[in-house]
Amino acid sequence: MSEILAKYGFLIVPIVKVAILVFVVLTLDAYLTWLERKVIAHIQARWGPHRVGPHGLLQPLADGIKFILKEDPMPSGVDKKAYFFAPFLTLMLALTSLAVIPFGPDITILGYTTNFGIADVNISLLVLFAITALGVYGIALAGWGSNNKYSLLGGLRSSAQMISYELALTLSVVGVLLIAGDFSLKHIVEKQAGDFGLLSWNIVGLTKGGGGFTQIIGCVCFFIAAIAETNRVPFDLPEAESELVAGFHTEYASMKFAMFFIGEYTSMIAVSSLFTILFFGGWLSPFPASWTLTHYLPSIILVPLGLWVIFDGIRYETIFGRIVLPGVGFVLTALGALLFLWSPLNEAIQGPFWFFAKVGAVLFFYIWMRGTLPRFRYDQLMDFGWKFLLPVSIANVVLTSAVIMWRMK
Amino acid sequence: MISGVLVIFFVLAALAVLGAVSLILQSHPIHSALSLILVMVSLAGLYLLMGAEFIAAVQIIVYGGAVMVLFIFVIMLLNAGVEERTNFSKLATFAGIPLALALGGIIAAAIARSSGHLPAPAADGAMSSTRELSKLLFSEFVYPFELTSFLILVAILGAIVLAQREN
Repeated sequence: MSEILAKYGFLIVPIVKVAILVFVVLTLDAYLTWLERKVIAHIQARWGPHRVGPHGLLQPLADGIKFILKEDPMPSGVDKKAYFFAPFLTLMLALTSLAVIPFGPDITILGYTTNFGIADVNISLLVLFAITALGVYGIALAGWGSNNKYSLLGGLRSSAQMISYELALTLSVVGVLLIAGDFSLKHIVEKQAGDFGLLSWNIVGLTKGGGGFTQIIGCVCFFIAAIAETNRVPFDLPEAESELVAGFHTEYASMKFAMFFIGEYTSMIAVSSLFTILFFGGWLSPFPASWTLTHYLPSIILVPLGLWVIFDGIRYETIFGRIVLPGVGFVLTALGALLFLWSPLNEAIQGPFWFFAKVGAVLFFYIWMRGTLPRFRYDQLMDFGWKFLLPVSIANVVLTSAVIMWRMK
Repeated sequence: MISGVLVIFFVLAALAVLGAVSLILQSHPIHSALSLILVMVSLAGLYLLMGAEFIAAVQIIVYGGAVMVLFIFVIMLLNAGVEERTNFSKLATFAGIPLALALGGIIAAAIARSSGHLPAPAADGAMSSTRELSKLLFSEFVYPFELTSFLILVAILGAIVLAQREN
């Protein structure tokens, strides 16, 4: 087995990794919509999806079937090439952007060591920005190709917004690059490792050896620009319902609409991952390395969660729920117990556990903002981007480079 | 001998040429602009093949992203329609084709003559190539570099002056 891996691993391993990543990400996207609806419903004192499956857990599946079965009419007078190409481009670029993200430290399976992610490129940050730069076309073409005023206005708004906020997005990262001296996301994370746990992350900046400087300004700028870049509330003007119906995807139905939808959620995941990597230490634990007891945190979270799901499931109102929920709870509990008892697996899971915990927290914050903030007006959005965010991120670059220069002397 | 790199080179080169031809032949400005994006991205792939990862990424970010987005944005904003075909001018038929062939021949001859003494691309890692690039840019070529940024600044000021004149 290991001989085959050593010989053909360069071919087999990436294919397997791509398959797993696409499966995981698409499932994650589906359940992100469920989480979003649930969280917003609870913010607004409602129940959210609750009919399909226990706690509405099968709602994403029902939505998926509905997307496939819906009629896909094409409006008259559309520019066929642009109209068909746009959703594919959006989804393709969003999925491609995940290829360069490291989800954890290198892993060794059956004697084959590989990076935890698809491609370990040494300019991964630039590749990500290049893909983001191309992402505008999907939305612009959809808006223009649909032969609809609302779509065109939505597409124009989104292009203008993305051009404006891309500058702030790119500049807010320069501080991190100056500290790390490297474009590789893997090396950026490794530079944030230190004896103090979370104090070594770029947001605090007490890096080992004292080369760091707090990037809290860059962090805030990056997060705001990232929300604008993914067209989310409060910057979701391209799809402002009250003004533009549904913006650039007004004329899209069925799977083509679903592709925009999945693309949006995938780029949310990509941006949250990038945010985690750049400012919150990626897969690093927030605790000092000497606190070995914290390695049992996955078990400590999983076992009570599983037990709670079992007890909640037993009392659930439908028969189906009474069967499924305790089953899910049992799997979670067993997984937690397995991690507790089998320490090699527990050690291997530490990196991805922290990475996905942080990304999950960022995604929750995204949803929380959507449930809390009203939408910006268009001129406010442009003023904010050009007159506040851009100068502040440039100031952060100057400040960080000044501190680094001063330290070198 | 046909290696994988050579195959990728020919695919990318073919895409670039196809994009360039389609850029001229398309009758709608947006389709022409899209063809130009294809050319830019294929060129980025060619740079990548030569080991210039930084240049490749910047090619996509600046040309594929920023510049072409502005092109498309302006075309969409003006809502430019399909261009109208006029009768081809006689000058284009009789002088254009021979001139184009002559230009192609000159370029091909120049490449053929100089290809023997082109420096080989650096074989080391790409991060060092990024580092070497910036070192060169800020030491040996620092005056041309600063002059270029000054030139861009002048262009930006010119654009602002032109935009302000209407008010």
